[in-house]
Amino acid sequence: MDATTQHEGDAVGTSDALAGILQAKAEHQGCGTSGGSGKASCGSSAGQGDLPTEIWEKVKNHPCYSEEAHHHYARMHVAVAPACNIQCNYCNRKYDCANESRPGVVSEKLTPEQAAKKVLAVASTIPQMTVLGIAGPGDPLANPEKTFKTFELINRTAPDIKLCLSTNGLALPDHVDTIAGFNVDHVTITINMVDPEVGAKIYPWVFWKHKRYTGYEAAKLLTDRQLQGLEMLTERGILCKVNSVMIPGINDNHLVEVNRAVKSRGAFLHNIMPLISSPEHGTVFGLNGQRGPTAQELKALQDSCEGEMNMMRHCRQCRADAVGLLGEDRSAEFTTDKIMAMDVNYDLESRKAYQALVEEERVAKVAAKQEELASLAGEQSDIKLLVAVATKGSGLINEHFGHAKEFQVWELSTAGAKFVGHRRVDLYCQGGYGEEDSLETIIRAINDCHAVFVAKIGGCPKADLIKAGIEPVDGFAHEFIEKSAITWFKDYLAKVKSGEIEHTQRGDAEIRQGALISAA
Amino acid sequence: MALKIVASQCTSCSACEPECPNVAIYEKNGTFVIDPKKCTECLGHYDVPQCAAVCPVDDTCIIDTSYPRYQPPA
Repeated sequence: MDATTQHEGDAVGTSDALAGILQAKAEHQGCGTSGGSGKASCGSSAGQGDLPTEIWEKVKNHPCYSEEAHHHYARMHVAVAPACNIQCNYCNRKYDCANESRPGVVSEKLTPEQAAKKVLAVASTIPQMTVLGIAGPGDPLANPEKTFKTFELINRTAPDIKLCLSTNGLALPDHVDTIAGFNVDHVTITINMVDPEVGAKIYPWVFWKHKRYTGYEAAKLLTDRQLQGLEMLTERGILCKVNSVMIPGINDNHLVEVNRAVKSRGAFLHNIMPLISSPEHGTVFGLNGQRGPTAQELKALQDSCEGEMNMMRHCRQCRADAVGLLGEDRSAEFTTDKIMAMDVNYDLESRKAYQALVEEERVAKVAAKQEELASLAGEQSDIKLLVAVATKGSGLINEHFGHAKEFQVWELSTAGAKFVGHRRVDLYCQGGYGEEDSLETIIRAINDCHAVFVAKIGGCPKADLIKAGIEPVDGFAHEFIEKSAITWFKDYLAKVKSGEIEHTQRGDAEIRQGALISAA
Repeated sequence: MALKIVASQCTSCSACEPECPNVAIYEKNGTFVIDPKKCTECLGHYDVPQCAAVCPVDDTCIIDTSYPRYQPPA
Protein backbone atom coordinates (compact mmCIF):
# COMPACT_ATOMS: atom_id res chain seq x y z
CA MET A 1 0.00 0.00 0.00
CA ASP A 2 1.25 3.45 -0.82
CA ALA A 3 0.91 5.23 2.47
CA THR A 4 1.43 8.70 1.03
CA THR A 5 -1.36 8.31 -1.49
CA GLN A 6 -3.66 6.97 1.15
CA HIS A 7 -2.87 9.88 3.40
CA GLU A 8 -3.53 12.43 0.68
CA GLY A 9 -6.73 10.62 -0.22
CA ASP A 10 -7.87 10.99 3.36
CA ALA A 11 -7.20 14.69 3.36
CA VAL A 12 -10.38 15.42 1.41
CA GLY A 13 -12.64 13.69 3.92
CA THR A 14 -10.54 15.12 6.68
CA SER A 15 -11.28 18.75 6.04
CA ASP A 16 -15.04 18.12 6.09
CA ALA A 17 -14.82 16.12 9.27
CA LEU A 18 -12.66 18.77 10.88
CA ALA A 19 -15.06 21.53 9.92
CA GLY A 20 -17.85 19.53 11.55
CA ILE A 21 -15.90 19.15 14.75
CA LEU A 22 -14.98 22.81 14.87
CA GLN A 23 -18.64 23.69 14.33
CA ALA A 24 -19.67 21.30 17.11
CA LYS A 25 -16.94 22.81 19.27
CA ALA A 26 -18.26 26.33 18.78
CA GLU A 27 -21.78 25.19 19.68
CA HIS A 28 -20.58 23.21 22.66
CA GLN A 29 -18.55 26.00 24.13
CA GLY A 30 -21.28 28.47 23.35
CA CYS A 31 -23.71 26.73 25.66
CA GLY A 32 -21.20 25.87 28.35
CA THR A 33 -21.69 27.28 31.80
CA SER A 34 -19.66 30.29 32.76
CA GLY A 35 -16.43 29.97 34.64
CA GLY A 36 -14.42 26.85 35.17
CA SER A 37 -15.09 26.34 38.83
CA GLY A 38 -16.26 22.77 38.41
CA LYS A 39 -13.28 21.72 36.35
CA ALA A 40 -10.34 20.03 37.91
CA SER A 41 -7.30 20.10 35.69
CA CYS A 42 -6.15 16.53 35.83
CA GLY A 43 -5.34 16.22 32.16
CA SER A 44 -2.29 18.43 32.37
CA SER A 45 -1.92 19.52 35.95
CA ALA A 46 1.41 18.87 37.60
CA GLY A 47 -0.05 18.65 41.06
CA GLN A 48 -3.19 18.68 43.12
CA GLY A 49 -4.30 21.94 41.51
CA ASP A 50 -7.94 22.62 42.29
CA LEU A 51 -8.87 18.99 43.03
CA PRO A 52 -10.49 18.27 46.40
CA THR A 53 -8.05 16.40 48.64
CA GLU A 54 -10.08 13.18 48.78
CA ILE A 55 -10.12 12.96 44.98
CA TRP A 56 -6.44 13.86 44.69
CA GLU A 57 -5.64 11.01 47.07
CA LYS A 58 -7.46 8.64 44.74
CA VAL A 59 -5.81 9.78 41.51
CA LYS A 60 -2.34 10.93 42.50
CA ASN A 61 -0.68 7.58 41.92
CA HIS A 62 -3.03 6.20 39.29
CA PRO A 63 -1.26 6.45 35.93
CA CYS A 64 -4.48 6.38 33.91
CA TYR A 65 -6.34 9.00 35.96
CA SER A 66 -3.49 11.49 36.35
CA GLU A 67 -1.33 12.52 33.42
CA GLU A 68 1.40 13.56 35.78
CA ALA A 69 1.31 10.31 37.78
CA HIS A 70 1.86 8.24 34.67
CA HIS A 71 5.47 9.38 34.43
CA HIS A 72 6.13 7.90 37.86
CA TYR A 73 3.69 5.08 38.58
CA ALA A 74 2.99 1.86 36.75
CA ARG A 75 -0.10 -0.26 36.25
CA MET A 76 -0.80 -3.80 35.27
CA HIS A 77 -3.71 -5.59 33.70
CA VAL A 78 -4.49 -9.22 34.35
CA ALA A 79 -6.32 -11.08 31.60
CA VAL A 80 -8.81 -13.06 33.68
CA ALA A 81 -11.91 -12.01 31.74
CA PRO A 82 -11.98 -13.53 28.25
CA ALA A 83 -15.75 -13.58 27.65
CA CYS A 84 -17.65 -10.61 26.26
CA ASN A 85 -21.34 -9.78 26.09
CA ILE A 86 -21.33 -7.38 23.15
CA GLN A 87 -19.78 -7.20 19.70
CA CYS A 88 -18.00 -4.04 18.51
CA ASN A 89 -17.09 -3.33 14.90
CA TYR A 90 -13.56 -2.30 15.92
CA CYS A 91 -12.82 -5.52 17.77
CA ASN A 92 -11.93 -8.97 16.51
CA ARG A 93 -11.34 -11.56 19.18
CA LYS A 94 -9.83 -14.09 16.81
CA TYR A 95 -6.71 -12.09 16.12
CA ASP A 96 -3.89 -12.56 18.60
CA CYS A 97 -0.37 -11.46 17.74
CA ALA A 98 2.21 -11.21 20.51
CA ASN A 99 3.35 -7.89 19.10
CA GLU A 100 -0.09 -6.32 18.94
CA SER A 101 -0.52 -3.31 21.13
CA ARG A 102 -4.21 -2.61 21.41
CA PRO A 103 -7.08 -3.40 23.75
CA GLY A 104 -8.71 -6.80 23.57
CA VAL A 105 -5.50 -8.62 22.74
CA VAL A 106 -3.61 -10.86 25.14
CA SER A 107 -1.04 -13.60 24.81
CA GLU A 108 -2.46 -15.86 27.52
CA LYS A 109 -5.42 -15.80 29.85
CA LEU A 110 -5.04 -16.36 33.57
CA THR A 111 -7.06 -17.95 36.34
CA PRO A 112 -7.78 -15.67 39.34
CA GLU A 113 -5.15 -17.58 41.36
CA GLN A 114 -2.50 -17.14 38.65
CA ALA A 115 -3.45 -13.48 38.37
CA ALA A 116 -3.03 -12.90 42.11
CA LYS A 117 0.40 -14.49 42.03
CA LYS A 118 1.36 -12.39 39.03
CA VAL A 119 0.31 -9.19 40.80
CA LEU A 120 2.51 -10.04 43.79
CA ALA A 121 5.45 -10.91 41.53
CA VAL A 122 5.16 -7.69 39.55
CA ALA A 123 4.59 -5.50 42.61
CA SER A 124 7.69 -6.95 44.25
CA THR A 125 9.81 -6.35 41.13
CA ILE A 126 8.36 -2.93 40.18
CA PRO A 127 7.82 -0.96 43.43
CA GLN A 128 6.08 1.88 41.59
CA MET A 129 3.34 -0.52 40.41
CA THR A 130 0.32 0.89 42.25
CA VAL A 131 -2.68 -0.10 40.17
CA LEU A 132 -4.21 -3.41 39.13
CA GLY A 133 -6.81 -3.28 36.43
CA ILE A 134 -9.02 -5.87 34.84
CA ALA A 135 -9.78 -4.82 31.31
CA GLY A 136 -10.58 -8.00 29.50
CA PRO A 137 -9.61 -9.17 26.96
CA GLY A 138 -13.42 -9.49 26.96
CA ASP A 139 -15.52 -7.62 29.50
CA PRO A 140 -14.76 -7.98 33.24
CA LEU A 141 -18.45 -7.91 34.12
CA ALA A 142 -19.29 -10.60 31.59
CA ASN A 143 -16.96 -12.74 33.76
CA PRO A 144 -18.09 -11.55 37.19
CA GLU A 145 -16.95 -14.61 39.13
CA LYS A 146 -13.39 -14.54 37.78
CA THR A 147 -13.13 -10.76 38.11
CA PHE A 148 -14.35 -10.56 41.70
CA LYS A 149 -12.40 -13.63 42.80
CA THR A 150 -9.25 -11.89 41.54
CA PHE A 151 -10.10 -8.71 43.45
CA GLU A 152 -10.77 -10.71 46.59
CA LEU A 153 -7.40 -12.48 46.42
CA ILE A 154 -5.48 -9.26 45.78
CA ASN A 155 -7.29 -7.35 48.53
CA ARG A 156 -6.12 -10.04 50.89
CA THR A 157 -2.47 -10.34 49.80
CA ALA A 158 -1.59 -6.86 48.53
CA PRO A 159 -3.96 -4.43 50.22
CA ASP A 160 -2.02 -1.31 49.15
CA ILE A 161 -2.75 -1.91 45.47
CA LYS A 162 -5.57 0.08 43.94
CA LEU A 163 -8.13 -1.92 42.01
CA CYS A 164 -9.85 -0.76 38.88
CA LEU A 165 -11.80 -2.21 36.01
CA SER A 166 -12.82 -1.25 32.53
CA THR A 167 -16.20 -2.30 31.15
CA ASN A 168 -18.57 -1.77 28.24
CA GLY A 169 -21.25 -1.07 30.84
CA LEU A 170 -23.94 -3.52 29.70
CA ALA A 171 -23.82 -5.56 32.93
CA LEU A 172 -22.65 -2.67 35.11
CA PRO A 173 -25.88 -1.81 36.98
CA ASP A 174 -26.08 -5.41 38.25
CA HIS A 175 -22.63 -5.25 39.82
CA VAL A 176 -22.21 -1.74 41.20
CA ASP A 177 -22.68 -2.78 44.82
CA THR A 178 -20.18 -5.63 44.52
CA ILE A 179 -17.68 -3.23 42.91
CA ALA A 180 -18.13 -0.78 45.78
CA GLY A 181 -17.77 -3.66 48.27
CA PHE A 182 -14.29 -4.49 46.96
CA ASN A 183 -13.17 -0.85 47.39
CA VAL A 184 -12.70 -0.46 43.67
CA ASP A 185 -12.47 3.29 43.34
CA HIS A 186 -11.83 3.65 39.63
CA VAL A 187 -14.11 2.33 36.89
CA THR A 188 -13.77 3.00 33.20
CA ILE A 189 -16.79 2.69 30.91
CA THR A 190 -16.40 2.70 27.14
CA ILE A 191 -19.18 4.92 25.84
CA ASN A 192 -19.06 5.59 22.10
CA MET A 193 -22.56 7.01 21.71
CA VAL A 194 -25.70 8.15 23.51
CA ASP A 195 -27.85 7.93 20.37
CA PRO A 196 -28.91 4.39 19.39
CA GLU A 197 -28.96 5.42 15.71
CA VAL A 198 -25.23 6.07 15.97
CA GLY A 199 -24.75 3.01 18.16
CA ALA A 200 -26.29 0.70 15.57
CA LYS A 201 -23.34 1.54 13.27
CA ILE A 202 -20.82 0.57 15.96
CA TYR A 203 -22.38 -2.44 17.69
CA PRO A 204 -23.83 -5.27 15.58
CA TRP A 205 -25.29 -7.00 18.66
CA VAL A 206 -25.43 -7.27 22.44
CA PHE A 207 -26.27 -10.35 24.52
CA TRP A 208 -28.53 -9.62 27.45
CA LYS A 209 -30.78 -11.79 29.58
CA HIS A 210 -30.37 -14.86 27.39
CA LYS A 211 -31.10 -13.04 24.17
CA ARG A 212 -29.10 -11.52 21.35
CA TYR A 213 -30.34 -8.06 20.42
CA THR A 214 -29.33 -6.32 17.18
CA GLY A 215 -29.55 -2.91 15.53
CA TYR A 216 -31.27 0.02 17.20
CA GLU A 217 -32.68 -2.13 19.98
CA ALA A 218 -29.20 -3.38 20.94
CA ALA A 219 -27.69 0.09 21.00
CA LYS A 220 -30.63 1.50 22.98
CA LEU A 221 -30.24 -1.19 25.60
CA LEU A 222 -26.50 -0.59 25.79
CA THR A 223 -26.65 3.19 26.15
CA ASP A 224 -29.42 3.01 28.79
CA ARG A 225 -27.43 0.51 30.86
CA GLN A 226 -24.17 2.47 30.46
CA LEU A 227 -25.64 5.75 31.64
CA GLN A 228 -27.53 4.07 34.48
CA GLY A 229 -24.32 2.35 35.61
CA LEU A 230 -22.39 5.62 35.42
CA GLU A 231 -24.95 7.37 37.61
CA MET A 232 -24.95 4.53 40.14
CA LEU A 233 -21.14 4.62 40.40
CA THR A 234 -20.81 8.37 40.81
CA GLU A 235 -23.59 8.34 43.45
CA ARG A 236 -21.35 6.00 45.43
CA GLY A 237 -18.30 8.23 45.08
CA ILE A 238 -16.48 5.91 42.67
CA LEU A 239 -14.39 7.82 40.13
CA CYS A 240 -15.45 7.14 36.56
CA LYS A 241 -13.45 7.57 33.42
CA VAL A 242 -15.27 7.38 30.12
CA ASN A 243 -13.40 6.02 27.12
CA SER A 244 -14.70 6.88 23.66
CA VAL A 245 -13.35 5.62 20.37
CA MET A 246 -13.35 8.39 17.76
CA ILE A 247 -14.64 6.96 14.47
CA PRO A 248 -14.62 9.61 11.73
CA GLY A 249 -17.94 9.89 9.91
CA ILE A 250 -19.74 7.75 12.50
CA ASN A 251 -19.45 9.31 15.94
CA ASP A 252 -16.83 12.07 15.68
CA ASN A 253 -19.24 15.00 15.91
CA HIS A 254 -21.56 13.02 18.19
CA LEU A 255 -18.84 12.60 20.85
CA VAL A 256 -19.36 16.21 21.89
CA GLU A 257 -22.87 15.13 22.89
CA VAL A 258 -21.49 12.06 24.65
CA ASN A 259 -19.12 14.34 26.55
CA ARG A 260 -22.06 16.48 27.69
CA ALA A 261 -24.08 13.41 28.75
CA VAL A 262 -21.32 11.81 30.81
CA LYS A 263 -20.23 15.10 32.34
CA SER A 264 -23.75 15.75 33.59
CA ARG A 265 -23.78 12.30 35.19
CA GLY A 266 -20.63 12.95 37.16
CA ALA A 267 -17.88 11.30 35.07
CA PHE A 268 -14.47 12.46 36.26
CA LEU A 269 -12.38 12.09 33.13
CA HIS A 270 -13.06 11.66 29.41
CA ASN A 271 -10.61 9.80 27.22
CA ILE A 272 -11.23 10.18 23.50
CA MET A 273 -9.04 7.72 21.60
CA PRO A 274 -8.41 7.34 17.89
CA LEU A 275 -9.95 4.31 16.17
CA ILE A 276 -7.37 1.61 15.55
CA SER A 277 -8.32 0.12 12.22
CA SER A 278 -6.36 -1.86 9.74
CA PRO A 279 -7.38 -4.68 7.38
CA GLU A 280 -5.01 -7.20 8.98
CA HIS A 281 -6.88 -6.89 12.30
CA GLY A 282 -9.85 -8.52 10.59
CA THR A 283 -12.35 -6.18 12.27
CA VAL A 284 -15.47 -4.93 10.47
CA PHE A 285 -14.01 -1.41 10.38
CA GLY A 286 -10.59 -2.71 9.33
CA LEU A 287 -12.10 -4.63 6.43
CA ASN A 288 -14.53 -1.97 5.22
CA GLY A 289 -11.83 0.67 5.05
CA GLN A 290 -13.10 2.84 7.91
CA ARG A 291 -10.24 5.24 8.65
CA GLY A 292 -9.06 6.55 12.00
CA PRO A 293 -8.76 10.28 12.74
CA THR A 294 -5.70 12.42 12.01
CA ALA A 295 -3.78 14.00 14.88
CA GLN A 296 -5.38 17.37 14.17
CA GLU A 297 -8.93 15.96 14.12
CA LEU A 298 -8.36 14.12 17.39
CA LYS A 299 -6.89 17.17 19.12
CA ALA A 300 -9.68 19.45 17.86
CA LEU A 301 -12.29 17.10 19.33
CA GLN A 302 -10.41 16.73 22.63
CA ASP A 303 -10.00 20.50 22.86
CA SER A 304 -13.70 21.04 22.18
CA CYS A 305 -14.69 18.75 25.04
CA GLU A 306 -12.24 20.27 27.48
CA GLY A 307 -14.53 23.11 28.56
CA GLU A 308 -15.33 21.90 32.05
CA MET A 309 -14.13 18.36 32.09
CA ASN A 310 -10.76 16.69 32.42
CA MET A 311 -9.62 15.14 29.17
CA MET A 312 -7.18 12.28 29.20
CA ARG A 313 -4.49 12.75 26.57
CA HIS A 314 -1.91 10.23 27.64
CA CYS A 315 -3.74 6.99 26.85
CA ARG A 316 -1.66 4.39 25.00
CA GLN A 317 -4.60 2.07 24.24
CA CYS A 318 -2.79 -0.77 25.93
CA ARG A 319 -3.33 -4.50 25.87
CA ALA A 320 -5.47 -6.31 28.44
CA ASP A 321 -2.30 -7.90 29.85
CA ALA A 322 0.03 -4.87 29.82
CA VAL A 323 2.56 -4.45 32.64
CA GLY A 324 4.63 -1.39 33.53
CA LEU A 325 4.58 2.35 32.96
CA LEU A 326 2.15 3.50 30.28
CA GLY A 327 4.03 3.38 27.01
CA GLU A 328 6.21 0.48 28.03
CA ASP A 329 5.19 -3.13 28.23
CA ARG A 330 7.08 -5.51 30.47
CA SER A 331 4.52 -8.32 30.21
CA ALA A 332 7.11 -10.61 28.57
CA GLU A 333 9.04 -10.64 31.87
CA PHE A 334 6.02 -12.00 33.69
CA THR A 335 4.67 -14.93 31.71
CA THR A 336 2.80 -17.58 33.69
CA ASP A 337 5.76 -19.99 33.54
CA LYS A 338 8.11 -17.39 34.96
CA ILE A 339 5.72 -16.25 37.69
CA MET A 340 4.99 -19.72 38.92
CA ALA A 341 8.73 -20.32 39.25
CA MET A 342 9.27 -17.04 41.13
CA ASP A 343 9.85 -16.93 44.84
CA VAL A 344 7.87 -13.82 45.74
CA ASN A 345 8.59 -11.77 48.81
CA TYR A 346 6.00 -8.99 49.09
CA ASP A 347 7.65 -6.23 51.09
CA LEU A 348 5.15 -3.47 51.82
CA GLU A 349 7.70 -1.29 53.65
CA SER A 350 10.23 -1.15 50.82
CA ARG A 351 7.42 -0.34 48.39
CA LYS A 352 6.39 2.58 50.60
CA ALA A 353 9.99 3.81 50.86
CA TYR A 354 10.42 3.72 47.08
CA GLN A 355 7.15 5.57 46.53
CA ALA A 356 8.26 8.27 48.99
CA LEU A 357 11.30 8.90 46.78
CA VAL A 358 9.06 9.17 43.74
CA GLU A 359 7.01 11.83 45.53
CA GLU A 360 10.18 13.90 46.17
CA GLU A 361 11.00 13.74 42.46
CA ARG A 362 7.51 14.99 41.61
CA VAL A 363 7.77 17.95 43.97
CA ALA A 364 11.08 19.03 42.38
CA LYS A 365 9.50 18.93 38.93
CA VAL A 366 6.52 21.04 39.97
CA ALA A 367 8.81 23.65 41.57
CA ALA A 368 10.86 23.94 38.37
CA LYS A 369 7.73 24.51 36.30
CA GLN A 370 6.32 27.15 38.64
CA GLU A 371 9.56 29.12 38.52
CA GLU A 372 9.54 29.27 34.73
CA LEU A 373 5.81 29.95 34.48
CA ALA A 374 6.25 33.06 36.63
CA SER A 375 8.77 34.38 34.12
CA LEU A 376 6.15 34.11 31.33
CA ALA A 377 3.75 36.34 33.23
CA GLY A 378 4.54 39.55 31.33
CA GLU A 379 4.45 38.01 27.84
CA GLN A 380 1.59 38.74 25.48
CA SER A 381 1.09 36.86 22.25
CA ASP A 382 -1.62 34.93 20.39
CA ILE A 383 0.89 32.38 19.18
CA LYS A 384 0.07 28.82 20.14
CA LEU A 385 2.25 26.01 18.82
CA LEU A 386 3.13 22.37 19.35
CA VAL A 387 6.50 20.85 20.18
CA ALA A 388 7.53 17.20 20.43
CA VAL A 389 9.66 15.83 23.26
CA ALA A 390 11.78 12.66 23.47
CA THR A 391 11.59 11.38 27.04
CA LYS A 392 12.09 8.20 28.99
CA GLY A 393 9.98 9.54 31.86
CA SER A 394 10.33 11.47 35.12
CA GLY A 395 9.36 14.66 33.27
CA LEU A 396 12.83 15.05 31.74
CA ILE A 397 14.15 15.50 28.20
CA ASN A 398 16.25 12.38 28.49
CA GLU A 399 15.87 10.32 25.32
CA HIS A 400 17.98 10.31 22.16
CA PHE A 401 16.09 11.20 19.00
CA GLY A 402 16.99 7.91 17.33
CA HIS A 403 15.96 5.77 20.29
CA ALA A 404 12.54 7.30 20.86
CA LYS A 405 9.60 4.93 20.35
CA GLU A 406 7.18 7.77 20.95
CA PHE A 407 7.21 11.53 21.37
CA GLN A 408 5.21 13.56 23.85
CA VAL A 409 3.44 16.53 22.29
CA TRP A 410 3.14 19.79 24.25
CA GLU A 411 1.18 22.88 23.32
CA LEU A 412 2.95 26.13 24.15
CA SER A 413 1.30 29.50 24.63
CA THR A 414 1.73 32.41 27.00
CA ALA A 415 -0.49 30.41 29.38
CA GLY A 416 2.34 27.88 29.73
CA ALA A 417 3.12 24.40 28.50
CA LYS A 418 0.24 21.94 28.22
CA PHE A 419 0.61 18.24 27.53
CA VAL A 420 -1.70 17.29 24.65
CA GLY A 421 -0.75 13.78 23.58
CA HIS A 422 1.67 11.17 22.36
CA ARG A 423 2.82 10.10 18.92
CA ARG A 424 4.06 6.62 18.33
CA VAL A 425 7.02 6.38 15.99
CA ASP A 426 8.07 2.79 16.58
CA LEU A 427 8.59 0.42 13.71
CA TYR A 428 5.86 -1.91 12.63
CA CYS A 429 5.36 -5.39 11.25
CA GLN A 430 3.85 -5.59 7.77
CA GLY A 431 1.43 -2.74 8.07
CA GLY A 432 2.49 -1.05 4.85
CA TYR A 433 5.16 1.04 6.51
CA GLY A 434 7.84 -1.57 7.18
CA GLU A 435 10.20 -0.71 4.35
CA GLU A 436 10.07 3.02 4.68
CA ASP A 437 12.76 5.21 6.03
CA SER A 438 12.07 5.56 9.73
CA LEU A 439 12.99 9.23 9.69
CA GLU A 440 10.21 9.97 7.20
CA THR A 441 7.86 8.10 9.52
CA ILE A 442 8.89 10.26 12.47
CA ILE A 443 8.50 13.46 10.49
CA ARG A 444 4.98 12.44 9.44
CA ALA A 445 4.08 11.68 13.06
CA ILE A 446 5.27 15.05 14.41
CA ASN A 447 4.65 17.12 11.29
CA ASP A 448 2.37 19.50 13.23
CA CYS A 449 5.20 20.44 15.63
CA HIS A 450 7.50 23.47 15.36
CA ALA A 451 10.34 21.86 17.29
CA VAL A 452 11.48 18.57 18.74
CA PHE A 453 13.34 18.46 22.08
CA VAL A 454 15.87 15.66 22.45
CA ALA A 455 18.75 14.65 24.72
CA LYS A 456 20.93 14.06 21.66
CA ILE A 457 20.57 13.88 17.89
CA GLY A 458 22.85 12.98 14.98
CA GLY A 459 23.85 15.33 12.16
CA CYS A 460 21.83 13.70 9.37
CA PRO A 461 18.43 13.59 11.05
CA LYS A 462 19.08 17.12 12.30
CA ALA A 463 19.48 18.42 8.75
CA ASP A 464 16.40 16.53 7.53
CA LEU A 465 14.25 17.85 10.37
CA ILE A 466 15.30 21.42 9.61
CA LYS A 467 14.45 20.82 5.94
CA ALA A 468 10.98 19.65 7.05
CA GLY A 469 10.57 22.84 9.09
CA ILE A 470 10.93 21.20 12.51
CA GLU A 471 13.65 22.69 14.71
CA PRO A 472 15.74 20.06 16.53
CA VAL A 473 16.52 21.32 20.05
CA ASP A 474 19.26 19.53 21.99
CA GLY A 475 20.29 22.38 24.30
CA PHE A 476 18.07 21.22 27.18
CA ALA A 477 19.34 17.66 27.54
CA HIS A 478 18.31 16.03 30.86
CA GLU A 479 16.40 19.11 32.01
CA PHE A 480 12.70 19.35 32.98
CA ILE A 481 10.35 19.33 29.99
CA GLU A 482 7.99 22.15 30.94
CA LYS A 483 10.69 24.50 32.17
CA SER A 484 12.79 23.94 29.03
CA ALA A 485 9.83 24.26 26.68
CA ILE A 486 8.76 27.55 28.25
CA THR A 487 12.33 28.91 28.08
CA TRP A 488 12.51 27.96 24.39
CA PHE A 489 9.07 29.44 23.73
CA LYS A 490 10.01 32.79 25.27
CA ASP A 491 13.05 32.89 23.03
CA TYR A 492 10.86 31.97 20.03
CA LEU A 493 8.44 34.81 20.81
CA ALA A 494 11.37 37.24 21.12
CA LYS A 495 12.68 36.17 17.70
CA VAL A 496 9.26 36.61 16.11
CA LYS A 497 8.95 40.03 17.71
CA SER A 498 12.34 41.16 16.48
CA GLY A 499 11.54 39.92 12.97
CA GLU A 500 14.33 37.37 13.02
CA ILE A 501 11.88 34.58 12.23
CA GLU A 502 8.36 34.50 10.87
CA HIS A 503 5.72 32.43 12.70
CA THR A 504 3.87 30.05 10.37
CA GLN A 505 1.27 27.36 10.96
CA ARG A 506 2.28 23.71 10.63
CA GLY A 507 0.28 21.02 8.80
CA ASP A 508 -1.47 17.92 10.13
CA ALA A 509 0.20 14.77 11.44
CA GLU A 510 -0.50 11.09 11.18
CA ILE A 511 -1.58 8.79 14.01
CA ARG A 512 0.34 5.56 13.56
CA GLN A 513 -1.29 2.23 14.22
CA GLY A 514 -0.38 -1.40 14.07
CA ALA A 515 1.73 -3.92 15.87
CA LEU A 516 5.14 -3.27 17.29
CA ILE A 517 8.03 -5.04 15.59
CA SER A 518 9.41 -5.87 19.00
CA ALA A 519 7.49 -5.75 22.25
CA ALA A 520 8.64 -2.60 24.03
CA MET B 1 -29.24 -33.26 17.05
CA ALA B 2 -27.03 -31.26 19.23
CA LEU B 3 -24.85 -28.23 18.71
CA LYS B 4 -21.12 -28.45 18.17
CA ILE B 5 -18.32 -25.90 18.31
CA VAL B 6 -16.07 -25.53 15.27
CA ALA B 7 -12.68 -25.85 16.98
CA SER B 8 -10.74 -23.91 14.34
CA GLN B 9 -13.05 -20.91 14.88
CA CYS B 10 -13.24 -21.02 18.69
CA THR B 11 -11.35 -18.15 20.36
CA SER B 12 -11.59 -19.95 23.68
CA CYS B 13 -13.22 -16.89 25.24
CA SER B 14 -15.40 -19.11 27.48
CA ALA B 15 -18.52 -16.94 27.02
CA CYS B 16 -20.63 -20.00 26.10
CA GLU B 17 -19.68 -22.14 29.09
CA PRO B 18 -21.73 -20.42 31.84
CA GLU B 19 -24.67 -19.74 29.48
CA CYS B 20 -25.39 -23.41 28.81
CA PRO B 21 -28.48 -24.47 30.81
CA ASN B 22 -27.40 -28.12 30.57
CA VAL B 23 -23.78 -27.66 31.70
CA ALA B 24 -22.83 -29.42 28.47
CA ILE B 25 -19.86 -27.17 27.58
CA TYR B 26 -16.31 -27.71 28.82
CA GLU B 27 -12.77 -26.81 27.84
CA LYS B 28 -10.69 -29.41 26.02
CA ASN B 29 -7.27 -28.90 24.42
CA GLY B 30 -7.48 -25.12 24.48
CA THR B 31 -10.95 -24.71 22.96
CA PHE B 32 -14.46 -25.41 24.17
CA VAL B 33 -16.57 -28.44 23.24
CA ILE B 34 -20.20 -29.45 23.68
CA ASP B 35 -21.17 -32.81 25.10
CA PRO B 36 -23.81 -33.99 22.58
CA LYS B 37 -25.39 -36.25 25.17
CA LYS B 38 -26.24 -33.30 27.36
CA CYS B 39 -27.09 -30.71 24.69
CA THR B 40 -30.81 -30.04 24.20
CA GLU B 41 -30.33 -27.15 21.73
CA CYS B 42 -31.75 -25.14 24.66
CA LEU B 43 -35.26 -26.48 23.87
CA GLY B 44 -37.51 -25.90 26.85
CA HIS B 45 -35.07 -23.38 28.31
CA TYR B 46 -34.68 -20.55 25.81
CA ASP B 47 -35.88 -19.54 22.36
CA VAL B 48 -32.45 -19.91 20.81
CA PRO B 49 -29.33 -21.93 21.64
CA GLN B 50 -27.44 -19.76 24.12
CA CYS B 51 -23.94 -20.74 23.00
CA ALA B 52 -24.64 -19.54 19.46
CA ALA B 53 -26.27 -16.33 20.71
CA VAL B 54 -23.30 -15.29 22.86
CA CYS B 55 -20.45 -16.57 20.63
CA PRO B 56 -18.34 -13.70 19.21
CA VAL B 57 -17.49 -15.59 16.01
CA ASP B 58 -20.28 -16.23 13.49
CA ASP B 59 -21.04 -19.84 12.50
CA THR B 60 -18.94 -21.35 15.27
CA CYS B 61 -21.67 -22.91 17.44
CA ILE B 62 -23.61 -24.85 14.81
CA ILE B 63 -26.04 -27.77 14.58
CA ASP B 64 -24.23 -31.09 14.48
CA THR B 65 -26.16 -33.03 11.84
CA SER B 66 -24.55 -36.32 12.76
CA TYR B 67 -26.90 -36.54 15.73
CA PRO B 68 -30.67 -37.03 15.52
CA ARG B 69 -32.79 -34.02 16.36
CA TYR B 70 -33.27 -33.64 20.11
CA GLN B 71 -36.74 -34.75 21.21
CA PRO B 72 -38.04 -33.03 24.31
CA PRO B 73 -39.67 -35.42 26.81
CA ALA B 74 -43.42 -35.67 26.19
